[in-house]
Amino acid sequence: MSDKKTLTVNGKVVEFTDEPNLLEVIRKAGFHVPTFCYRPDLTQYGACRMCVVEVEYPNGRKLINSSCTMPPEADIKVKTNTEKTRRIRKTVLELLLANHDRECTTCEKSGKCELQQYAEEYGIKDVSKYVQLKKERYLPIDDSNPSLVRDPNKCILCGACVRACAEFQGHAVLGFANRGSKTVVQPLAGKPLSSVDCVFCGQCQAVCPTGALTIKNEVNPVWDLITNPEKKVLAQIAPSVRVALGEEFGLEPGANTIGLINAALKEIGFDLVFDTNFSADLTIMEEAHEFVERVSKGENLPLFTSCCPAWVRYLETQHPEMLNHLSSCKSPQGMLSSVLRELVPQYFEGFTKENINIVSIMPCTAKKVEAKRAQLRKDNKFDTDIVLTTQELAKMIKSAGIDFSTLEPVEGDSPFAQYTGAGTIFGASGGVAEAAVRTAYEFVTGEPLSDLDIKAMRGVDKNHRCKDVEIDIKGTIVKVRVVSTLKEAEKSLQEIKNGTADFHMLEVMACPGGCINGGGQPRSCDDSKIKEKRAQGLYKEDAELKFRRSNDNPDIKKLYKEYLENPGSHKAHELLHTTYQDKFKGSYKDLVKK
Amino acid sequence: MTTTLIDIKKEQQKVKEQIKAQGLRVLVCAGTGCVANGSLKVIERFKELGADVRPMTHQDKVTIVPTGCHGFCEQGVLVVIPDLDITYVKVKLEDVEEIVESHIKNGKPVERLLYVDPKTQEHVFKNEEINFYAKQTRTTLANCGEIDAESLDEALATGAYEALHKVLEQGNPDAVIDEIVKSGLRGRGGGGFPTGMKWKFTAANRGGKSYVVCNGDEGDPGAFMDRSVMEGDPHKLLEGMAIAGYAIGADEAYIYVRAEYPLAIHRLRVAIKQAEERGYLGKNIMGSDFNFEIHIKEGAGAFVCGEETALIASIEGERGMPRPKPPFPANKGLFGRPTLINNVETLANVSTIILKGADWFSSMGTEKSKGTKTFALTGEVNNTGLIEVPMGTTLREIVFDIGGGIRGGKKFKAVQIGGPSGGCLTEEHLDLPMDYDNLIAAGAMVGSGGLVVMNEDTCIVEVARFFMNFTQNESCGKCVPCREGTKNMLKILERIVKGKGEMKDLETLEELATAVKDGSLCGLGKTAPNPVLSTLKYFKDEYIAHIKDKRCPAGVCEAMKVITIDEELCKGCTKCARNCPVGAIEGTVRNPHHIDQSKCIKCGACLNSCPFKAIKQN
Repeated sequence: MSDKKTLTVNGKVVEFTDEPNLLEVIRKAGFHVPTFCYRPDLTQYGACRMCVVEVEYPNGRKLINSSCTMPPEADIKVKTNTEKTRRIRKTVLELLLANHDRECTTCEKSGKCELQQYAEEYGIKDVSKYVQLKKERYLPIDDSNPSLVRDPNKCILCGACVRACAEFQGHAVLGFANRGSKTVVQPLAGKPLSSVDCVFCGQCQAVCPTGALTIKNEVNPVWDLITNPEKKVLAQIAPSVRVALGEEFGLEPGANTIGLINAALKEIGFDLVFDTNFSADLTIMEEAHEFVERVSKGENLPLFTSCCPAWVRYLETQHPEMLNHLSSCKSPQGMLSSVLRELVPQYFEGFTKENINIVSIMPCTAKKVEAKRAQLRKDNKFDTDIVLTTQELAKMIKSAGIDFSTLEPVEGDSPFAQYTGAGTIFGASGGVAEAAVRTAYEFVTGEPLSDLDIKAMRGVDKNHRCKDVEIDIKGTIVKVRVVSTLKEAEKSLQEIKNGTADFHMLEVMACPGGCINGGGQPRSCDDSKIKEKRAQGLYKEDAELKFRRSNDNPDIKKLYKEYLENPGSHKAHELLHTTYQDKFKGSYKDLVKK
Repeated sequence: MTTTLIDIKKEQQKVKEQIKAQGLRVLVCAGTGCVANGSLKVIERFKELGADVRPMTHQDKVTIVPTGCHGFCEQGVLVVIPDLDITYVKVKLEDVEEIVESHIKNGKPVERLLYVDPKTQEHVFKNEEINFYAKQTRTTLANCGEIDAESLDEALATGAYEALHKVLEQGNPDAVIDEIVKSGLRGRGGGGFPTGMKWKFTAANRGGKSYVVCNGDEGDPGAFMDRSVMEGDPHKLLEGMAIAGYAIGADEAYIYVRAEYPLAIHRLRVAIKQAEERGYLGKNIMGSDFNFEIHIKEGAGAFVCGEETALIASIEGERGMPRPKPPFPANKGLFGRPTLINNVETLANVSTIILKGADWFSSMGTEKSKGTKTFALTGEVNNTGLIEVPMGTTLREIVFDIGGGIRGGKKFKAVQIGGPSGGCLTEEHLDLPMDYDNLIAAGAMVGSGGLVVMNEDTCIVEVARFFMNFTQNESCGKCVPCREGTKNMLKILERIVKGKGEMKDLETLEELATAVKDGSLCGLGKTAPNPVLSTLKYFKDEYIAHIKDKRCPAGVCEAMKVITIDEELCKGCTKCARNCPVGAIEGTVRNPHHIDQSKCIKCGACLNSCPFKAIKQN
């Protein structure tokens, strides 16, 4: 007896095992069923009704239901393209379009919009027979913050953003208000995003099928800098950008394109191109030193990593009483920008403190907000001028007319070009902690760690985002916890509060799986495997690199020797460390009481 | 454990004697309808005047009993004196003295306060001769109006908690479920799902924490069946819930009642407290090892919260939006636990089935729809109110016998059955035995039992617009077909009743209706197009008259009314012009007048004022 279970999709027999719903089995069978609200990493919602299919049970019973909410059952016959299912989809599309701001050509999501795509596929040409609701009720656009733009006139109420906010960040910044045809998605009490405790992780935008939530596009200001002969423009590229950008140009997810990115940026006209991996190494030097010091003094433990700006903002707004746990290290973006501002004029001719502008390329929407922090400002100038996300860089390369995949790879500019594998893996959840342990081990014992692959810290499990790893540093057991998503982080914070926490270091990345899945990365919300592929790209580079411990990086050694002296030195503190601010506005419960 | 159960027969005997000692019982309705008509004051007055009265029946004294709803709300305040076999209707405060003096003391009925039969126009002296009650079979509502709803003793005297005692004594939860399966009871809340099967599915998950949830979120406009049960006989519901809890292995339950039912909530609270104090609910019920705790959750009045998954979300404190099924509540319901959800009327049937047996229950009704069903009969019938009839009763019996025919001798046109989710039935359905399957086949549904009777003066398009407006407002906004589809359907219907419809609108309407019906997430959306589809099916010509001829055949739609003055008949008396509130009538004395249609607001003031009948409305 075979215990294989099968069902039929459009006449094709397909085997299934533990697929969470019928839609996944249909996809496995090689058929495409459109959907707006189904996102594999979020709970099933069943609202858009696009994935409706006709199901016939072995007993002859027939029904129409959304395939994303149905468990696969053995021996059922599924049809995806019947007259009824197509008619429902078509009507849904027509109704959504009638109630949509259809200014597609000037929409940030144009070309990537799922509504636009399906409308085209289903041949929707005229929706004038329905009420044009947007003419009756045009809602204000919220662009109150440096990172995200929310246009309720393009919202189709699929609820993906609401679920992403609640299920990833446990934060519920976005919610539904009103009922029936007056329903809208909005932040608490209809306030702009800048006035609520949004951390700007951008996951809402990453799952949004339309232009209702988009990244604030800053490509044009960068062009303005580049085309201005008076300005010198420097770029820095974050670790996880290199393993995702290629997707925009038809390359496989995880393909390392750093050489191509360097080449493209040079071609666009950037004067100097640096790698944030270098400052990730620098972060490790400082953070490992800080960690060893805290452990030896028994102070402010567990240490929280501070690379993720969404996480930093979460602590500042929700748990300011725990800010003392946060590493005082600037994020790698912040570190590199201040180092470049300080040292580029010394190393490169024609570059002055006044004429250099720094553009950082990040997988992250929250970095745009981080760059505007008052603490990351010197002499009335922000350390980082503009932050472009991976998505925006792709648009910039396309608009420059560059054939990305055929470029000749180019190296970054010295003396901050070299980086180690430890810097590269910063982009994946667990990477910062792994890199820190590699160096901290040596700081404490004076001997290099023999096995550099701490595999227990790697990978993302959908249900257990928390990874606890014990490292034996010559008899001293150091316990490291790695979490991604703020919802998981909050659980660890509660453990600390109620005294049950048993770890010395807490690495937090707000996006599920870390920066590789950041809000600024190319859209990938209907493929939950993409995270793994991108992470593998980083670990592959790590394994191939000559140096894999930050403290082995010759350029880092050079920087300390020539300028910073030692990790934790006065100069290092001045340039590489920062402070935090209590931004607590009152708990949600207090707000409700008021 | 069962050996330690209390002796319920003994308890019953005790309370029956107490009630006998009350003497002549005067039942005054204290349901929401009669309270609104001033029954509380009537009760007070009766208590004052009746205190020292020796009735002509030679009983020791008179006791005034405030009861639940009798069902005949239109005739409220209702006063029933069973021992005198009489019902007084429309009783006012000032009538009380006469009833006490003339009838209770001296045996002379107060004729002017008796019910007048709409057919014979004669006063009805005997209760069983009142046509409204004569054709009913009251089992669910048996005690509503018969007992003091806030007295556990009175409930006990009618057999409350006897069925629970019986199942605890037998100690076999599966046997309870089998009995319900055998009875053929189906969900009375709308869907008509076999109740016993639901219990079986939930009971399959016995072992951990489970819940019983009673759906008392009666949202259909004009429906008040469940409210009447909760107000009139709350212990019957509580007992049904406890039996359900025992059967499926739950020890906790919620009753979800809309906050607009304050009296029902109050009476349920009183009933729960009394039952807990006396050991009929709570811990170790009646000396057994069965525990059952009932909470009340007040709903904020969203129609969609009557949908079981939205109701669960609401109890959990979430936004009241339906969740996809599967998982069904029987497997994963309230707080993620197996949950049995039944509506009030369904649960109120349980104790009687247990006591009288499944065979008794299934002897009533049709092949696939057993037992009785309550309906809220409203609209253009002579007798409106709450009724209970066996399944399979025809519409004709309900409208013309129980309802006493169409008001004012007008012609029957249609009924809207099942509320906004139901559909229209017409003359051709008058002899259709009403049960779940027949109604579905006719494009309507039993729903929770709202029954609105319409006469020839009702505009059917306006009725469709009314219900579409209701569902459109009550859509939760989650799924696209319901949220956007009902909005667009409403807009089209609004256009048509305003005389701005086009023939292609009917196509779009039908197209939308089928897409909303097939594509919506929950029952609200799946049934929302029913009023439109059924009226389009039976009254398409009326739609067409609105669109093509710009004419409302029933003369209801304001926008299509045209009021004109017949110049031949007009004597130029100027009375109409003086009565017109907007100055739309022009003309000089002794010359024919004329209405400026662009100013006319169709109020009809001129129509009534013309002494020469020269003004006409199309």
